[in-house]
Amino acid sequence: MVDNKEKLINATIVGNPNVGKSVIFNNFTNTYTDVSNYPGTTVEAICGRSGNFVFSDTPGTYGLSGFTEEERLARDIVLRSDMVINVVDATHLERDLFLTQHLIDAGLQIVVALNLMDEAEEQGIYINVEKLEEELGVPVIPTVAVNGDGMEKLLKLLCAARVGNITPGIMENLSYYKLPQRESLLVAEGDLDTANRNNCKPGNRRDLFYRLRRDRVNGIVASVVREITVESSMASRIGHIMLHPVTGIPMLLLTLFLIYQLIGVVVAQTLVGYTEEIVMGGMYQPFIRNLLSGFISEQSTIWSILAGKYGLFTMAVTYLFGLLLPLVMGFQLVLSILEDSGYLPRIAVLMDRILLGMGLNGQAVIPMILGFGCVTMATMSTRMLGSDREKFIAIVILAFTVPCSAQMAIITSMMAGLGFYYALAYGLILFTIMVSTGIILSRLLPGSPSGLWIDLPPVRLPRLSNVLKKTWIKSTDFVQEAVPLFAGGALFLSVLEITGGLEAIENLLVPVTVNLLGLPKEVAGGFIMGFIRREFGTAGLFTTPMNPVQQFVALITVTFFVPCIATAMIIFKERGWKQGAAIWLSIFVLAFVVGGIVSKLISLINIMPGVSVMPVLSGITVLVLALVLYINWNGEESLSR
Amino acid sequence: MTLDKVKKGQQIIIRKILDELVRAQAIRFGIAEGSVITCQEIVPAGPVVVRRAKQEIAIGRNLARNIDVELVN
Repeated sequence: MVDNKEKLINATIVGNPNVGKSVIFNNFTNTYTDVSNYPGTTVEAICGRSGNFVFSDTPGTYGLSGFTEEERLARDIVLRSDMVINVVDATHLERDLFLTQHLIDAGLQIVVALNLMDEAEEQGIYINVEKLEEELGVPVIPTVAVNGDGMEKLLKLLCAARVGNITPGIMENLSYYKLPQRESLLVAEGDLDTANRNNCKPGNRRDLFYRLRRDRVNGIVASVVREITVESSMASRIGHIMLHPVTGIPMLLLTLFLIYQLIGVVVAQTLVGYTEEIVMGGMYQPFIRNLLSGFISEQSTIWSILAGKYGLFTMAVTYLFGLLLPLVMGFQLVLSILEDSGYLPRIAVLMDRILLGMGLNGQAVIPMILGFGCVTMATMSTRMLGSDREKFIAIVILAFTVPCSAQMAIITSMMAGLGFYYALAYGLILFTIMVSTGIILSRLLPGSPSGLWIDLPPVRLPRLSNVLKKTWIKSTDFVQEAVPLFAGGALFLSVLEITGGLEAIENLLVPVTVNLLGLPKEVAGGFIMGFIRREFGTAGLFTTPMNPVQQFVALITVTFFVPCIATAMIIFKERGWKQGAAIWLSIFVLAFVVGGIVSKLISLINIMPGVSVMPVLSGITVLVLALVLYINWNGEESLSR
Repeated sequence: MTLDKVKKGQQIIIRKILDELVRAQAIRFGIAEGSVITCQEIVPAGPVVVRRAKQEIAIGRNLARNIDVELVN
């Protein structure tokens, strides 16, 4: 190529999950992609350009196999690329070199970044890099990506990428297909998509090729790695404690308790108390009203739009910055620490048995926990699940029952005001509905959950800089996304209020809001806002004064209310319009059904003299949960017989 | 015996992996028929956690039931 200044080179970054692909990608392109210590952070391909190179980051994969949707995505990007930067974890060579050899066998141009060299050294693993280079037949550059070590050399050596030494015994099987090497290899290994795309029959050489490749990789590792056994380190002992049920379950509960203390008490009460009431309510709002009253009459329409009940500069700004931002930052901080520490996959292992009953496997815990951060993002991450059935169940549970961090934030601060028994009843109802939804869907849909097969990354102390950076990025993303929606929502409500449309809707909804839920009819405005964003709706509900029981019913209803617009769009994208609409409408109806049942139950309990409502409601919920589990258990028994 | 019957701390050798997809998945992680692994942890009624070299993998009970193993002494 003479004119290679103009020619763009597609360089794809490929590697096993959690080896530092995204860090290297960021280093090359200077944008931030989500980096964490668990598989599945990158669920969509991300591109960035630097010089002549167009870099693509891919989801982690253990081979060019296409067993999951993420792997298929990675495979397709690799098939289209001009060269591959294969990131390899120096502490897991045996596992990682399988992918490297797979890429080599596909005849791709490759450079290997031998990453995490610092950790390898700490663990007493010594790698003869020159020998490894010779064995593989491609350049190998040792790196410590998080510190930037080796990045310059890697970038410089990209043009030295070359085709490596193919596994003996494979090439002779490929000539039958009149296709480029990469395609013939995949077709021979029985890859359905590649076979269909090239109009040929998938081959049956997977077992043979995989075994040959595995033998070759084991041989290479034996000849290049010298390992000095280091005593079981602190990290693996902690990993042990997390996994063993006797210590793991208390530890999980303790973790949840600490999270509640941090978010529910320190942030939601102390910090938000200061930002919402003192800074926003006491300083900002009087200031802005004072400022505006210099230009606008307090009786005018403009005034109510800008500074009225749903005012752009009063309500919207206060909720967004006084209430939500501190809480979202708190949640994102906690999630970042959980992600980076390697704790999430261990929770997945602990919870596997419980999730099997819901038609999922332990891996689904990761989208569920992420959902408490952002349901939209969690819905996207359901792609890592093994089957379509699991994806569907997980998406419905997320959309129906999991409140996102912003909504959870408001709920937590409301619950803190209502007291312990309210919070307990709320938690139990949420959990019961979540479990029941899973059980019912699992019963209705044919099939059974796929087995858990999850790689446990080493327990790592999260890097403070990465945690803070991630928290900051996610929080600013939240503000950027929320500002226009909040402004639009507030404007819309003000217009509705001024034109009398709001009252008309409120009156229309009286059978639901007042008769069914026992709430004041003004809460209709909150639900309307809930269509846009859940937390916006939740906050909107409490512009209307209510007694504690009404607040409780409102919180329950809005928790199960339809997901925000962003999540709805993702659901439509993932499930198609028909299924998406069905999910959305069902949730819309079910939220009011659940709220109605809770409201009626409370009135029933209230009739009984001398009983306190919330403890009894909690008791009833526990009974319902026990009943659901019992029926399910019996069903499982009879099915297995 | 099968992998779900293994006790914590036991060293075992993989004899046969029945499911074809699981076999392909396992071999990518370095676990092939003939590999020696250690049982690290067993979650009651839940997954079996095994280790080979530095690699820890949790295998669901239903999958473990389809993996034939033998004790190494």
